[in-house]
Amino acid sequence: MKNILTISHLKKNYQDDSGEIEAIWDVDLEVPEGKFISIVGPSGCGKSTLLSILAGLEKKSGGTIQFHKDDIKLGYMLQKDSLFPWRTILDNCLLGLELKKMLTEENIHYVHHLLDTYGLHDFKNKYPSSLSGGMRQRVALIRTLAIQPDILLLDEPFSALDAMTRVALSDDVYHMIKKEGKTVLMVTHDIAEAVSLSDIVVVLTKRPARIKKMYEIQLTGRSTPIENRKCKEFSMYYDQIWRDLDVHLTE
Amino acid sequence: MSTLPNEREEYLKKKKKEKRIVIFFQILILVCCLLLWEIAAQFDWINTFLSSSPSLVFKTFLSLFEQNDLLSHIGITTYETFLSFAIASLIGLSVSTLLWWFPRLAKILDPYLTILNSLPKVALGPLIIIWVGASMNSIIFMALLICIFLSIINIYHDFLNTDSSYITLLKSLGANKKDIFLKVVLPANLSNIINNLKINVSMAFIGVIMGELLVSKKGLGYLIMYGTQVFNINLVITSVFLLGILSFLFYYLICFLEKMIQKKTAN
Repeated sequence: MKNILTISHLKKNYQDDSGEIEAIWDVDLEVPEGKFISIVGPSGCGKSTLLSILAGLEKKSGGTIQFHKDDIKLGYMLQKDSLFPWRTILDNCLLGLELKKMLTEENIHYVHHLLDTYGLHDFKNKYPSSLSGGMRQRVALIRTLAIQPDILLLDEPFSALDAMTRVALSDDVYHMIKKEGKTVLMVTHDIAEAVSLSDIVVVLTKRPARIKKMYEIQLTGRSTPIENRKCKEFSMYYDQIWRDLDVHLTE
Repeated sequence: MSTLPNEREEYLKKKKKEKRIVIFFQILILVCCLLLWEIAAQFDWINTFLSSSPSLVFKTFLSLFEQNDLLSHIGITTYETFLSFAIASLIGLSVSTLLWWFPRLAKILDPYLTILNSLPKVALGPLIIIWVGASMNSIIFMALLICIFLSIINIYHDFLNTDSSYITLLKSLGANKKDIFLKVVLPANLSNIINNLKINVSMAFIGVIMGELLVSKKGLGYLIMYGTQVFNINLVITSVFLLGILSFLFYYLICFLEKMIQKKTAN
């Protein structure tokens, strides 16, 4: 499998008046094209920092990030949907195209197609306030997909949702992403979510974040994320990653 | 199902009744005050030379109107208020945009803005007259001084408090500073800017009257000043009443504007 992204010796330090904080220390990662990769780690370990460096929102302190494709396009999706209340659903979805000056007829048609396919046809001209949390997050994903990114960076995309919507939506999103054939890097703190959605799960250590372990998830009878939770290997992966994370509430 | 329409009707009735009660008492308070004032004047409980009376105020109003310069006094005050309001709002919005655009400039100017904002501007009155001259320019300058700094500080802080997740989103889509300002900061703060306009109208009005009290040949502030000098309390109180009505009208004009904009932009 061809790699689309190579990260080597990535480092990130934060500076402030009280000193230097090491957030990421020497992370190496190969990202194969078309795979779904989850990054799990203890809270505050720097997983989100990794994504925002990849998205170009923060500067790295060292190491290299290499994309094996010219003009690579990245889609970044956050926990908060950040839909603009003063724009209609359609206009919210067109935001990325507008900023990248890619408002061609073909691209607009693609956005319409996405909205129609994923149950938002009747809401195109409505405002975000009339949507439920799950629907809003779906709009946020369509807004991200609109620019046809090669790699999707998802930063805890389901964390703000209630437990039921969360499982249902992760199923939905999985289908959307697989259908559009995207490479995904997802940060999450939900082990079950990571195992059921991903091809590869990367476990990070406490801060400064380093790669502790990597799992290629192999499930017998793999199908949709909800069904995957019933596979016999599921709980094995779950237990192992849980132990890797070494969660202690009193520290 | 059959009970539902009744429930709705009752709700609407209740709401209507509540509104009527409120308006009734609002008018009652006004009528009672005027009546009490008039009675006190008629029975010589108060000295009308010092405290006037509603009938005297009304007579003064009519004679002012007949002499045909009342409208021009009101007109000049209105004109000055709107001119200072428009200039102050424009400068306020542009300077706060500049401060948002160049954070370093904001940091540098911060203490100066704070000082200028908290300085009692009336204290500058005599200086303004000397520098700008005893004309309408002085009045407008005074009104501008009173509006501008508050306007700049308020709008700038609103800009700073724009939801940062919106800005992160735009940055992840490759937006530049202009995009961020036009597509997020400005639309997200539309209601804040309108609120600021409301404050600006009141402040401009205060500034104009203050300026007119200091130096003027026309306007409601001038009438108050003139009335005081010739000890015509009727004239002073009539002008104050007119000021009250005028400020009420200004405020509702902006509220009307707000509703129009909201209708145009919101769902």
